[in-house]
Amino acid sequence: MTNHMYLPVIVLLIAGAGFAIGPLALAWVWAKKFSPQKSGPTKNAIYECGLESNGDAWIKFKPGYYIYAIIFLIFDVEAVFLLPFAVAFGGFTMAQSISMLVFLILLVEGLVWACQKNVLSWS
Amino acid sequence: MDEQLKNELRRQGVVATTLQELYNWGRKSSIWPLNFGLACCAIEMIATTMARYDLARFGAEVFRPSPRQADLMIVAGTVTKKMAPQVVRLYNQMAEPKYVISMGACAISGGPFKQGYNVLKGIDRYIPVDVYIPGCPPRPEALLDAFLMLQRKIDEQQLTGPDRPRHLQAELPSEFTVPECSEHDLTPTRNDAIWQVPLVNISNAGKNESGRD
Repeated sequence: MTNHMYLPVIVLLIAGAGFAIGPLALAWVWAKKFSPQKSGPTKNAIYECGLESNGDAWIKFKPGYYIYAIIFLIFDVEAVFLLPFAVAFGGFTMAQSISMLVFLILLVEGLVWACQKNVLSWS
Repeated sequence: MDEQLKNELRRQGVVATTLQELYNWGRKSSIWPLNFGLACCAIEMIATTMARYDLARFGAEVFRPSPRQADLMIVAGTVTKKMAPQVVRLYNQMAEPKYVISMGACAISGGPFKQGYNVLKGIDRYIPVDVYIPGCPPRPEALLDAFLMLQRKIDEQQLTGPDRPRHLQAELPSEFTVPECSEHDLTPTRNDAIWQVPLVNISNAGKNESGRD
C-alpha cells in the first residue's frame, strides 16, 4: 500500500483544480447558452476615467536612480557580510579567506567605479 | 413551478428554485455601483453608503472605481455638456449586465439648471435609464427606494424568451453613441434610438395614443 501514500495529495490536487476550473467552465457555458458576449471598440478601449487615453504608454524616461540602487547594494551587501566575516575571521581556512577577499574586491571595485563616476560627492 | 407547491415544500424545509430565480437573485444581491459623483446628489449617495443608511444591507457596498467591475451607474448630479461624453463612455465601458439610476432632478431633466447653456437636459438622452429618482437632492431613503425598485425590476427579468433583458439579446447594442462637444451643443444632441423629443403633433391628437407622427 506504500504507493498509495500520495493518494490524498492527488485527490486534493484534483479538487483544487476543480475549484479553479469549475467556475470558469460554468461561466463559459453560461455565456454560450444565455448571455452573449457584447464587446465593442469603446468597451475594449483603455480605461482612463472616461477620457480617451492620450499618447503611448511606452515612453522613454531617464532612470537616474540606478546609481543610488547600485551604491546602496554595494554598501548594504558589504555591511551584511563584513560583520560575520569579522566575527569568524580567526577560524577561516586559506580557501575561505581567498574567496572572502575576492568577494570584497568585487564590491570595492564597484565602489571605485562609483568614485570615478563622481557620484559619491555631496552636492 | 407551481407557487403553492413551492411554498409547501419550503415549509417542510425543502427549497426549490429555478435557474432564472437563482440568476436574478445573484444579480440583484450584488449590484456594485460605479464610484463617481457629479454634483450635490453625490453627497447624498455617499451618505447612503455610510453607516447610518447602510446601502451594504442590499449587497451594494462595494463602490468600484473601475467600470470594468461595476454593475450600476448612479448618475448623481448635474451632467454638464462637458461631462456627458465621459459619462456615456464610462457607461459603454461597463460590463453587462449594467443598470443606470438617474438620481435627482438634474440627471433627469437638467433640474434647476435646465435653462443653462452648458447643462445636459437629462442623461436619458444618451443612455437607457432604469430608475429615476426625483428630488433636489433626493434623500438617502429615496436612493434606497430606487435601489429596491431596481432589485424588483431585476427579479422580474426573464432568462429566455423574447422579453428577456437587453444584455441577454445578442442583437441589441451594449454601447451607445458617445456625443462630442462641438461649437454650440453636443453632437448628436440625443440618441434617437432611446430618446425622442416629447412633442405632440396637434393634428394627430386623438388619432393615436401618444399623439406623435
